[in-house]
Amino acid sequence: MKHYIPPSKRRAPPADNLRWIGKSMNRVEDPRLLTGYGKFADDIDVPNMAHAAVLRSPYAHARIVSVDKRAAQALPGVIVVMSGADMAEVTEALPSFASPPVVQRCVAHHRVRHVGEAVCAVVAENRYIAEDACDLIEVEYEELPVVVDPEAAITMTGDAVLHPDRGDTNVGLARKLDFGPVEADFAAASLIVKRHLRWPRGGGQPLETAGALATFDPGTGKYEIYANTQMYTYIGWTVARALGVPSKQVNIIPTLSGGSFGAKVFTHKIIVLAAALARASGRPVKFLEDRIDDTTSCDSHGSDRIYDAELALQSDGTMTSLRFRVVDDYGAYFQYGVGHHGNAMAQATGPYRLNSFGIDLIAVLTNKCQIGAYRGFGSEVTNWVMERMVDAAVDELGADPVEFRRQNLIQPDQFPYIIPTGNCYDSGNYQAVLEKALEMSDYYGWRKKQAEASKEGRYVGIGITTCQERSVYNSTEWWMFNLEPGFNLSSTPESVAMSMDPTGTLFITLYAPFTGNSPETVATQVAAEQLQMDPADIVVNYGNSDGCLASVGPSGSRVTVMTAGAVVGAATQLREKLLRVAGHMMSRDPQELELRDGRVGVKDDSGGEERTLEEVATFVHYFRLSMPDDPAFDSGLDAICVYDHPFTTLPSEDRSDLGIFYPFMGHMVHIPVVEVDIETGEVHFLDYTAVHDCGTMVNPKSVDGQIRGGTVNGIGTALYEHFHYDENGQLVNATFADYLLPGVMEGPVEIRVGHVETPSPYTEYGIKGAGEGGRMGAPSAVTQAVEDALRPLGVKIDELPITPNRLRALIRKAEESGSG
Amino acid sequence: MQNEKVTVTVNGTRYERVVEPRRLASDFIRHDLFLTGTHVGCEHGTCGCCNILLNGETVRSCLLFAVQLDGAEVRTIEGLGTIDEMHPVQEAFMENQGLQCGFCTPGMLLSAVELLENNPDANLDDIRSAVSSNLCRCTGYQSIVESVVAAAEKMRGGER
Repeated sequence: MKHYIPPSKRRAPPADNLRWIGKSMNRVEDPRLLTGYGKFADDIDVPNMAHAAVLRSPYAHARIVSVDKRAAQALPGVIVVMSGADMAEVTEALPSFASPPVVQRCVAHHRVRHVGEAVCAVVAENRYIAEDACDLIEVEYEELPVVVDPEAAITMTGDAVLHPDRGDTNVGLARKLDFGPVEADFAAASLIVKRHLRWPRGGGQPLETAGALATFDPGTGKYEIYANTQMYTYIGWTVARALGVPSKQVNIIPTLSGGSFGAKVFTHKIIVLAAALARASGRPVKFLEDRIDDTTSCDSHGSDRIYDAELALQSDGTMTSLRFRVVDDYGAYFQYGVGHHGNAMAQATGPYRLNSFGIDLIAVLTNKCQIGAYRGFGSEVTNWVMERMVDAAVDELGADPVEFRRQNLIQPDQFPYIIPTGNCYDSGNYQAVLEKALEMSDYYGWRKKQAEASKEGRYVGIGITTCQERSVYNSTEWWMFNLEPGFNLSSTPESVAMSMDPTGTLFITLYAPFTGNSPETVATQVAAEQLQMDPADIVVNYGNSDGCLASVGPSGSRVTVMTAGAVVGAATQLREKLLRVAGHMMSRDPQELELRDGRVGVKDDSGGEERTLEEVATFVHYFRLSMPDDPAFDSGLDAICVYDHPFTTLPSEDRSDLGIFYPFMGHMVHIPVVEVDIETGEVHFLDYTAVHDCGTMVNPKSVDGQIRGGTVNGIGTALYEHFHYDENGQLVNATFADYLLPGVMEGPVEIRVGHVETPSPYTEYGIKGAGEGGRMGAPSAVTQAVEDALRPLGVKIDELPITPNRLRALIRKAEESGSG
Repeated sequence: MQNEKVTVTVNGTRYERVVEPRRLASDFIRHDLFLTGTHVGCEHGTCGCCNILLNGETVRSCLLFAVQLDGAEVRTIEGLGTIDEMHPVQEAFMENQGLQCGFCTPGMLLSAVELLENNPDANLDDIRSAVSSNLCRCTGYQSIVESVVAAAEKMRGGER
């Protein structure tokens, strides 16, 4: 098939002589964060503010028979108590990317579908009283059959169906898609490797929970809402829709967000709840999730999947096709539809030259917290599956894990490279990343040390995996699995507004909030580069949804690339005007002028006449009548740029080709070295090397931080993290004392990070995203390392997390079968 | 239960407040004294975001009642340094990007201050041990440990 590859629209190419891009400058965000003055969701108060608390369901699946609010309402200090029925009178269903939608409300109505779902909300003078009041609410439930096992969910009917309005089934969506000649490739294969693999439900669990502070102004009819949400311009209007008002009556103001990792992309439950309570109580209302609110009812539980995968190989070890059946446990609602699987189609075949790919997806609804977004958004799982299958093939062929990968990697001269699903990998040099990683880690030295350790009876293992990090999605990923998507959106823009004041200070307004990334630093570095000015003279602010510039915000490792694109676009307009006005001031053709060191000067004449940016800015702000009577010389220095995804195409009608939707392809090789204590099942890191290629780096130290942080997230996924629901649908490890996030002692002492920079031909300066890579690579690599350590015992790892318990069970089983 | 009077010195300022006996120290500091740099992450003493220095020792303010602060000297993140005159620990975290979202940072900084004020010669193990009392979800800890190592050097006056 011939694929259309759009031309590059890039304005600013990568270059060796960049002054600010590529510099590890201190982050602009940090001074206020380090001194305790960062304003997070709970750090904002308004006069007369009241506080909300939520009563949550103790049952996984039940009908709500009755709610008695009287005792709660009678408690002094209580302002309003609202049940799901009360809330349903003043709010609509929450937005959902699923089609047909799964109806979800900010407070459950008629039926609860998971433990922790909101049943009632209370507003009181303070949070203590609000929580007291929750204890006084009497709710009568009629228990319904609980759906916990995702395989069993497929066939359950009747009262066990969570959303009977969608039919008598818990299958949210099922779709089988083949890309390329899957059947033929398997028929022609000389070896077919099969594995049953289990990926556990974890979650981003940022340390700041989701929260909102809402005020309803009866004079204007308008809600003003502070929230630590992300997509507040892209889909902010859907909050208004859920509140039953036009979008002009809702303004969302982003606060700083204390981490997200996907958890705060929406947070619509929280926002709509706080806003509805504010209107009902006549008071500004703050609702901040407590930790249990969050773990049991957040937007950030990650993928929870069972795979039956098959890999087809030719006799020479060439991989030709991968196919799998995947059952994905989406929990009780379907907020993102199966967008996670669309996402994974971006790099389903990894960095390898596979000829075809097939997926048989069954997304089920169960009585658990809904699946949201967690760093990787589903692609981290297929990375793990791909690498598990590669490891399995290496085992069965008795091949070398490095040589086998090298043999199958896409070659540097094959880019842009279209994979079977239709996505395009824009650029890359996978061989260079591999060689650098082997060298940095002293891979072959470790193999020798491993052999020596083995003689001493120690179990040392080395992992080496080659993984993809797709960056900058197009929203087509959310609906491409659905042949009747309802709303097949295809715009995923990012915008900035930029103004220079009369003193020459540059103000940039972003519509992508801070979530622990560094949008202010990125915008500052790119603008400083574009305008050749001092970063100290640049101020970055965040716009409100009332500003309504089209933006999506941080997600899918997009925001650095997209913000850079918007800043370049706006700065280009500003530069043209600065040069035009300076040209007038200096009686020069603007073509003769350039920006340098905060000044306008004549090209190739460094000692000649110059004007400072302040002089030019003052002139254009205050001396309109000294300039020509032409709109090009109107007062002020202002620019707006809406930057659309620069390299994307639509899926085909029949979905045999998903189009180019996630093309800026990062790549990584992770090489962890672990030692396993076979008596305790403990995994200890001896070494860790991660070499990444995310194109041109804006701030290398920040990129290193993203890689290391993501890698430790991935180590948590591999070794510790699992939201465990028992057979009654109870979440038994909902606190941080029970849900194990890695601390400093659980990770390697040092993660050695290396870089290869293959600039994207399609983005400004060649930047690619780098926000998710660590978590997308570490689980595969750590799994392989542990398996490698236990090779003498023949232990195979098909399920994460590899907790000491699980590992001991595998070791025991291996020893028993070995001795028997 | 009767409300109680609390007299406490926070960052050198003396405060007298009347509080409910059940009011948590974290809520008291954040919402009664408006020192919102002390963050609350887990409400059960695990994460360390709410660390304060109570008479020189780090404690989880989410596990204390406000009345337990009576008569105490408290330091919070706001008492360390300003954006123009940072504490060496803050400077070191800035220069080493020992933070991303900044939510765990106040608690992390106070753990570091406690360590380095008591043990200026803290070695890598001491530092990792101190950092292990706090959770960070962003950094993977390496840049935090590097920051504390750099802070120790700064506080020793650059001597080694």
